[in-house]
Amino acid sequence: MSVATAGTRRLTAALALTTSLIVGATACGGTTKEDAAKEVAGAATGGKADPNAATKKGLTVAFLPKQVNNPYFTTSDNGGKKALEQLGSTYKEVGTSSGTDTSGQVSYVNTLTQQQVDAIAVSAQDPGALCTALKQAMKNGVSVVTYDSDTKIDCRNVFVSQASAEDLGRTQVQLLAKQIGGKGEIAILSAAQTATNQNTWIDFMKDELKKPEYKDIKLVKTAYGDDDAQKSFQQTQGLLQEHPNLKGIVSPTTVGIKAAAQYLSGSKYKGKVKLTGLGTPNDMRAYVKNGTVEGFELWDPAKLGALAAHTAVALESGRISGKEGETFKAGDLGSFRIGKDGLVSLGKPTVFDKANIDDFTF
Amino acid sequence: MPETQKTSVAARFGSAVRWDTAVGVLLIVLLLCSFSFVDNFGNALNISFLIGNTLPIALIALPMTMLVVSGEVDLSVGSTAGLSGAVMGALWNQGMAIETIIPLCLALGIVCGLINGLLVTRLGLPSLAVTIGTMAAYRGIAQIVLGSDSVTDFPTQYLDFGAGRIGDTFIPYAVVPFLALLAIAVLVLHATPVGRSLFAIGASEEAARFSGIRVKRLKLSMFVTTGLLSALTGVFWALHYASARYDNATGLELSVIAAVLLGGIDFDGGKGTLGGAVAGVFLIGSLQNVMSLLNVSAQSQIVVTGVLLVISVLAPRVGRQIAQARARKKTAAGPPAPSPAPS
Repeated sequence: MSVATAGTRRLTAALALTTSLIVGATACGGTTKEDAAKEVAGAATGGKADPNAATKKGLTVAFLPKQVNNPYFTTSDNGGKKALEQLGSTYKEVGTSSGTDTSGQVSYVNTLTQQQVDAIAVSAQDPGALCTALKQAMKNGVSVVTYDSDTKIDCRNVFVSQASAEDLGRTQVQLLAKQIGGKGEIAILSAAQTATNQNTWIDFMKDELKKPEYKDIKLVKTAYGDDDAQKSFQQTQGLLQEHPNLKGIVSPTTVGIKAAAQYLSGSKYKGKVKLTGLGTPNDMRAYVKNGTVEGFELWDPAKLGALAAHTAVALESGRISGKEGETFKAGDLGSFRIGKDGLVSLGKPTVFDKANIDDFTF
Repeated sequence: MPETQKTSVAARFGSAVRWDTAVGVLLIVLLLCSFSFVDNFGNALNISFLIGNTLPIALIALPMTMLVVSGEVDLSVGSTAGLSGAVMGALWNQGMAIETIIPLCLALGIVCGLINGLLVTRLGLPSLAVTIGTMAAYRGIAQIVLGSDSVTDFPTQYLDFGAGRIGDTFIPYAVVPFLALLAIAVLVLHATPVGRSLFAIGASEEAARFSGIRVKRLKLSMFVTTGLLSALTGVFWALHYASARYDNATGLELSVIAAVLLGGIDFDGGKGTLGGAVAGVFLIGSLQNVMSLLNVSAQSQIVVTGVLLVISVLAPRVGRQIAQARARKKTAAGPPAPSPAPS
């Protein structure tokens, strides 16, 4: 018997005892999710704004996308870069190579705070994880704009939203109605049945269809492809077998519209059944060129980045503070008004068709 | 043969001391240069970021040093931390009190360590293979437990503890428990029979067993400790970054092992000091911080860490060979002539 063994045994026993004591002492009572929810969220920051304040130059605005080298964010951030160059400020981009590296994003926010950049435009991988770091940044005088993907309201000054849910829903119906000549049966191919954003858009689509000009259009079915390429493909197949008179499909999801286009382009329905929805030019280019798809839509990420840049500069210049009702001019993008919860919306989505699809690379 | 053994042990010891010191000096030089030449490095906020970001590596480096000294390794530490965070998030979503969840997570870490330890000691499997397997398994379970969900709404006072610092000083709150654990680890490894036994096992497991050391039991308890501290790191990680996700702490095991090896712990076991390990940890942490401030891209940072790792494994070996060669020359020259060392 060595001393080591006795020591080890004693150590293990002590460990077990401490753990069980802690469990025992804390099993009843303590802080739960409900207690935490009761904590009141701090008010959004921002002092007084002077809409006529001069635009500051020589600022440094850092873009922190969800993922660097992702074509969508590259396009978006380059939009921001161009806008900043026009405004006489400096652009920089940092970020993680994975789209789910939350702790990496936190570290980048901390580093940017440390480097004393003037403003951060961030697309949050997670609504809550960046909060502590972003609040720290704001406390150190950094303006924070979220774009594409928001954090909790009190962790940033302004959220630049790509498009309002209402605009996205209504314009997709308008686009399809034009393509099918205003009459016929249509169907929706969505993602998951529980997807909140999809369902909001679908509600606006149904509301739009109630208008008298769409009286000859009938929505026959909403199918769900779960954002799975294979399932969306099969659902498209099913829709066309079930409804031989189908004239058009709306797919408000980039995975769904691509799978549906893939099915249509290889079937006898190519060009006869119209397809529209939300997609990316890179995904859809081939189908637009071979005549399967006439036109689809999405926001223009370059404009989103540019608006984020303009918002950041406006904040730093003191022209806005992030309060509802303030307005500011964002170069050639036009004038914008800050809505409820510090939200600025880019506006109506961009339609991509044969004429303009080659101008976009994301 | 015995003579060679003796000189090589002596050489190992000599080069170990020098390597530790070198890493420590390197760390001080790096810090001094950064204070003078890197903008915004020296202020309290940044130093607290540096320490906070390095703490997960530092925490696991404590038991990892002991494991490597005893000739074993645990690659599942990052996954155990991830699993601990995932379970923490899932239970929190269920409405359980956080004061109950944290001990449960720690207990889970003990179980993870126990599984690794039993597989290694009872079945006699190599720890490298076992923990590559459990690394995948624990990560998989974490994903099953929490899915792709992320839990961020932990109570403010805990988040503040995880990410905050004491007043306006550079000291994060979380550094206090770390210092306590560090003190315990240093005592155990360098001033108790347990520590001496670990070194003995690492130097020669067979000899250690014949001299009465309960090798298996000691190794098992080291794996359990590693599991416990990995789980603690998982809890700290979730609070520090306000995010419990199944993929938390992915790749942490590599940073820990890189830091430990950089600190002069011999991968073959039997040699190294905790001081060196901690210096290695903070050398890597400070380098990362400085590189971020200087806008070095994340990819280049990984390259730098990798190169450092190779150097840290290579340099002591080269040093040892030089020392051996020198010792050979000396013993060959002087009487009585020992048997020549095999090369």
